[in-house]
Parts: sequence; structure tokens; C-alpha cells
Amino acid sequence: MIGLWNRAGPLIRRLIVIWLVVSAITSPILYFLLGPHLPPFGMSDVSGFQAFDNAVMVSIVDPVIVFLVVFFGYALVNFRHHRGSAALEDGPPLRGDGRTIALWITVTGLMVGFLAGWGSYELWPGEHGAGGGQAPNPITLAVPASASTALQVQVIGEQWAWTFRFPAYGGVETTDLELPVNQTIEFHVTSIDVIHSFWAYELGVKADAVPGTENIAFVEPLQTGGFSIRCAELCGLWHGHMSTTGHVVSNSAFQTWITGQEAQWAPATKQLDPYSPVYHEQPEYRAG
Amino acid sequence: MKKVVGVAVGLAVAVALVVFYIVDWVLVSPPIATASSTGTQTANLVLQTVAAYGSAPNPDWVSYFEQDAQGQWEHTTFFTLPAHSVINVTIYQYDGASGFRNPLWAQVRGTGDGTMGLNGKTMNAINFADAAHSFTIPDLGVSVPLQGVPATGSNPCPAGPCDTSFDHNTIKFSFTTGAPGEYRWQCFVPCAAGTFQGWGGPMQTLGYMDGEIYVR
Repeated sequence: MIGLWNRAGPLIRRLIVIWLVVSAITSPILYFLLGPHLPPFGMSDVSGFQAFDNAVMVSIVDPVIVFLVVFFGYALVNFRHHRGSAALEDGPPLRGDGRTIALWITVTGLMVGFLAGWGSYELWPGEHGAGGGQAPNPITLAVPASASTALQVQVIGEQWAWTFRFPAYGGVETTDLELPVNQTIEFHVTSIDVIHSFWAYELGVKADAVPGTENIAFVEPLQTGGFSIRCAELCGLWHGHMSTTGHVVSNSAFQTWITGQEAQWAPATKQLDPYSPVYHEQPEYRAG
Repeated sequence: MKKVVGVAVGLAVAVALVVFYIVDWVLVSPPIATASSTGTQTANLVLQTVAAYGSAPNPDWVSYFEQDAQGQWEHTTFFTLPAHSVINVTIYQYDGASGFRNPLWAQVRGTGDGTMGLNGKTMNAINFADAAHSFTIPDLGVSVPLQGVPATGSNPCPAGPCDTSFDHNTIKFSFTTGAPGEYRWQCFVPCAAGTFQGWGGPMQTLGYMDGEIYVR
């Protein structure tokens, strides 16, 4: 049996050397130079971890892409047909090369196994959270140590707008969202009609808004600035317009803003039900 | 040869279906109305809301109408408004109340002083359960609740467009348009009777309870 290594050993060794050298150069460059600029950036603790994950993923994917490019380029240069030379003939088929099969299975198995383990670890809703919802009663490991002092914000989705309720400030509900920096936020996401998905992109939070259910997501904004809020669940006619811009501000600016909101929304606040984790649990009001 | 003919026929059918879809979409889109200019930087927009559109294809759907410069009622929710202008809006509201699911929308917003005129009375909110519809432009921060006519009224309008001899409320307010652009607007009352929780049909269809405002 003619093995691949016996026939093409020098070629493979040359390819591997080129691949390792190029990967050793490009992977760190991507991680250190491109990584800090990968979304969703580092506006919060959660989005910072997500940006780190993306940088790791890019660095791991890089050698795979480099391998393909190197192999393709090497073949183009060395196996191309030269004018006047004899036509190239295909070699005999490869069969039963145990070392090749073992190498292939080992490398791909390690990569897939590492990514599976890494992904599971990063998705585990612990201190670093995944940014997704964690159900009404998060397991202990999913609750940040700072949860006891978290600012609770209820996020209410409806066709087609997001509104936000602050139980710590008289239950005022607003159409705008401002959050204090360096303060743990406890989002309670729900809906009053169909399923929406609250996606605060730069904060790294994406939690489904389901009628009759509260979905909890923790996040700590680390930088001031604007963040986009979108609906990530196709929800009807104006789904594409169900977006707004939130702002992370200093604590003093937040206090000023929320005080203004309490005054501005006083006529509506009088009519709101007492704060409840699930907004209008039953459809009390309907046409027809 | 048979293959070529088959491919050509299939392609022709596909193109015909695409053209049919586009033409159908264009033809069923409501017309775009222009607000009546009343001078520099001001315009009037006159609307009415009815319990039933009264015409095919959805005669029993709730709907908005817009009054054109000749005083004729047009079935549309697409308006062109001047940029950076004060828009004086009058809405004749003929429908009964079904109420907001979210009482937040019962408050008037974005009208300058945060008030509206309801049958001549200045108000900053209504009871959320008394709302029939709302006129809300989320991106301009404008939202005005429209009080429903009492169920005990003596002369309800059966189908639109309605005239003021029928039971109605008159709502007046003004808002200022910003920079040129396209803004969607909608009703936030789940008012689509006969659909799941009132959110279907006219709530999901342009020309009834949703529309676009073209600020030029």
C-alpha cells in the first residue's frame, strides 16, 4: 500500500512549516490588533466577554483559513501546467493511510472538542453571563455577587415599541432608557402581546420577551455612551422599526433623568397597575 | 430541445409571478396624501377614525381616513408633511373604546405642551380603558390617545367615511416635524376586533391602523 506520507512526505512537511509560520504570525496579529475592535465591543462586562470570545474564535479560525490558502497557493505555484511540458497525470487514489486518518481525526476532534468546551463555559450564565435571559429564578451561580444592589428595570415589548419600568422609582414607565454606569442592572424582560427579543447590542444583552413570562438578564455597563436597542424576533409589520437608542450615563445624570421622567410621566403612572414581574398577565383589554 | 423549452417556460412563469406580485403590491398600496399648507411652516392634517372601513376588501376593519384639500375623505394612512413645520391635526373619532393594554399610551406626548383638545377641553391624558385608538409617531415622540365614543350613543356611524352628524369626539393637537425623512406611525390600541387579542388584521396592515409619514 502506497501511503500518502511515503509519496508526499517532503511536500507535506513543507506545507506544514509554511502553515505554522504564517499562522504563528497572523493569529496573534488578529487577536491583539483586530480583537479589541470586534463587536459587540466592551461597553459592559457581558459585551466585553463576548468581544473576547469573538477574538478567540477569530484566532482559532485563522489557522484553518491559512491552511486552505497556503494549500491552494502552493498547489497553484507548484502544480500548474507549464507551457510545453507534458500533461500532468493524476496520481493513484489514496486508500487506507492510517496516519493521515489519525492526524485528520485528531486535529479536527481537538478543535471541535475545544470549541464545544469553550462555548459551553462561556455560555454558562455565571458572573460573566452570556447576556441572555435566565428565567424567573436564576440558579445561584447565575446571579452576580452585586445582584443585591442591582437596579431593576422591567423591559416591556409590544407591537411595536419598547418601554421600560423602574420599580425603584415609583414604578414609572418610560419610552426611553438611560442607565447609570458601573451599576449592576437587572433586566426583567417580558411582552404584552407576541414574542419579541430585547437586544441591547453594545451591552451584550439579548433576552427573549415572552408574554406571561419574565426573563432576567444581568449586566453592568462599564462605559458611558449610546447603545442600540432592537427587536431580534420577527414580530409583525413594524418589526424592523422596533428600535431605539439607550444611553449609559453617570450616576448623577441618571438621577436627574429619572427624576424628570417621574414628573413627565406622572399622568400615566397614576393609571399603571402596581409593579408586577409579568405585565398584564392576562389580556384584560381587547377589542371585540 | 425539450429541456430548453421547459426551462424557458419555467422562467417565464417565475418572471410573471414576480411581476404580478409587484404590480399587485403597488396597486393595493394606499395613496399618499399631502397635508394642506396654511402658510409658512404650518400645515393642517385632518383625519378620522372609524369602526368599519365599509368597502372591499375589508369592510369591517377599523380604519383611518384622511381629508384632502377639497374636503373629500380618502382612505389612506400615508401623508406628506413639510419639514420643520407645525402640523395642526384634527381627528374626528367615531369608534367605540377598547382600551390600551399598556396604560402608558393614555398620556399625551410630543405636542409641545403635552396636551390635546378633546371636544374643546384641554387634557394631558385620558382613562386608558376609554381609548379607541391612538395616533403615535414613535420616532418623533408624538403620541395622542383618542377617546372612544360611548357605547350608549344614539347615532353610531356604521361605516366610514363618516360625517359629523354621527356620534364622535373631536381631538385637536399640534406637533412639530423635524428633519426630512420617513416616519412610521401606528395605533397602539389593540383595536382589531375579531382577531387574536385585537392585534391582527388592520393592526398589521398598512392603510388601516398603520402608515408612513413622509417629511419633505
